[in-house]
Amino acid sequence: MISLRYAATRVGSMALVLLIVAFCTFVVFYLVPSDPALMACGKPCTPENLALAREFMGFDEPWWQQFLTFLGGIFTGRTFGSGATAIHCAAPCFGYSFRQNADVLDLIGDRLPVTVSLAVGAAVLWVVLGVGAGVLAALRKDSWFDRVALGASVIGVSAPVYLVGLLGILVLGFKLDVVPVGNYTPFGEDPVRWAWGLVLPWCVLAFAHGAHYVKLTRTQMIDTMGEDFIRTARAKGVAERTVVGKHALRNVLLPVVTLTGLDLGSLLGGAVITERVFSLPGLGGLLIEAVHGRDLPTLLGCTLFAGFLVVVANAVVDLSYGVLDPRARLT
Amino acid sequence: MPAAIRSVLARDRWALAGTVTVVVIGLVAIFADVLTAIEGHDPYTYDASALDPASGLPAGPFGGVSGEHWFGVEPLTGRDLFAIVVHGARTSFLIGLAATLVSIGLGVLIGAAAGYLGGWIDRVIVWSADVFLGFPYLVFMIALGAVVPVEFPRALLLIVVIGFFGWPATARIVRAQVLTLKERNFVKAARTLGASPWEVFRAELLPNLWGPVLVMATLSVPGKVGLEAALSFLGVGVLPPTPSWGRSISAAIEWVAVDPAFLLFPGLALFGVTWGFNALGDGLRDALDPKWGRKR
Repeated sequence: MISLRYAATRVGSMALVLLIVAFCTFVVFYLVPSDPALMACGKPCTPENLALAREFMGFDEPWWQQFLTFLGGIFTGRTFGSGATAIHCAAPCFGYSFRQNADVLDLIGDRLPVTVSLAVGAAVLWVVLGVGAGVLAALRKDSWFDRVALGASVIGVSAPVYLVGLLGILVLGFKLDVVPVGNYTPFGEDPVRWAWGLVLPWCVLAFAHGAHYVKLTRTQMIDTMGEDFIRTARAKGVAERTVVGKHALRNVLLPVVTLTGLDLGSLLGGAVITERVFSLPGLGGLLIEAVHGRDLPTLLGCTLFAGFLVVVANAVVDLSYGVLDPRARLT
Repeated sequence: MPAAIRSVLARDRWALAGTVTVVVIGLVAIFADVLTAIEGHDPYTYDASALDPASGLPAGPFGGVSGEHWFGVEPLTGRDLFAIVVHGARTSFLIGLAATLVSIGLGVLIGAAAGYLGGWIDRVIVWSADVFLGFPYLVFMIALGAVVPVEFPRALLLIVVIGFFGWPATARIVRAQVLTLKERNFVKAARTLGASPWEVFRAELLPNLWGPVLVMATLSVPGKVGLEAALSFLGVGVLPPTPSWGRSISAAIEWVAVDPAFLLFPGLALFGVTWGFNALGDGLRDALDPKWGRKR
């Protein structure tokens, strides 16, 4: 279905995009006057100590040399310093946080499960509810359900996710006390408590994102139901359930898949706001901590990782087109 | 174009309501100083007398709302919330509108260049737009907030960065429009008469791009306003003590259980602006794009 040549160009262009993201981020972060060595050097900071710290971290080289070393580290690993105090960062090395004394990739790996739990759970919820509500609203156009769905989607599109989240915490968490607020339990420890603790964040994210899906699905569905092939299917005597479920929904799915892929890609990298509202210890938290600690290697790692997720999401969306729509088979 | 807007407002109740909301909050932003002078407070002065000394909470019910403090006061500091919200509107509008101007301006120029000039310029632009759309801009902006020195004016940084990352979406749409316009006879005629690309752009293309550009601009303002609020919410946007809705909402997290009014006023203002621009933009799109209008 997918030719080898297409796959090769696709992977190549993904790598190129990531290289550009890495380059831009690197140049901006390292040309802006902010010296991580100065912070690691301790007080009082003698010029000798500062020079030592710089050399240890590899900041004594010109910036392009540093960038090449960084890229090399991804494939071969890096060693900072030498002798007994040396720190080794095994390949693939996406940098080492001197602030937290940890491999950046390990830091990301530690936090990733939280963000994945949040994003994937919410995505399932918003796709199911958003598409379901959109289809129903389209089939019963101008009914009370249609109006309520549209009204809710207007609010969902315009209300910032942190506002909805805080109101949710206030009403459901504190006033009515039906859902827990602000504790995350790893899935491996207790799956029930894991899900229960994430119910509110999932609902809030699903409300904010689902609104777009209701609007999109409704418009697409109304369009599709007016097409000739739907009339033909009905004329043939196909049951209405099959007309909607098999013929119409398939056409509606393409844009929904696109939107889901893009949303999920950016959400995995940037659920920063939701995580802050619900105090979840995910990637967003890592990023904010790195910002406040001026932890450049972690910032660079997070940005690159977020870019990686967006690029992968784009590729998955493109590939799924071929599966869903035979006309779009890739060659 | 004003005629088109007028007809939209006459027919579409929601667009009218959105416009009224935007205009009212816009006027509040412009006359922020006058309004706070009438109320008699500024957004910077601490006032311990408006607080409950035991808890640091505003004295009086519902966040200390009174004839003296119209929206109550901020917990712990006693700063007037009305003044903060009103001056926050100024921050929000300034950054939101200026960033939209930057992104739409860049998008129109770049998109038109790609569509009209074609060839390798087109290919480079389309490809760069793809790279930009794959850029994790929120994460990048947050990180940038950490490394840019405090001396650099924050509002300017936000305008430039938010505006700069917004061009690809506009450029794509403008490029598609220009590709069809290019084949129309009046553009061909202008070219045959020896008009330079810039003259064609200014005299032939631009007048035909106003419709979609206006819709795109209106619909992209809420996103930009929201981005400023989100960055300030995360502590990497507008720096204190400049009032910002996002930062007030962020501060309200700690107090939401005991002083919900502190969340409510800045939150409603932010929601109002976002909703208003969305409603107006949807109305304009329905009116200017017949393909969309049919579906309602």
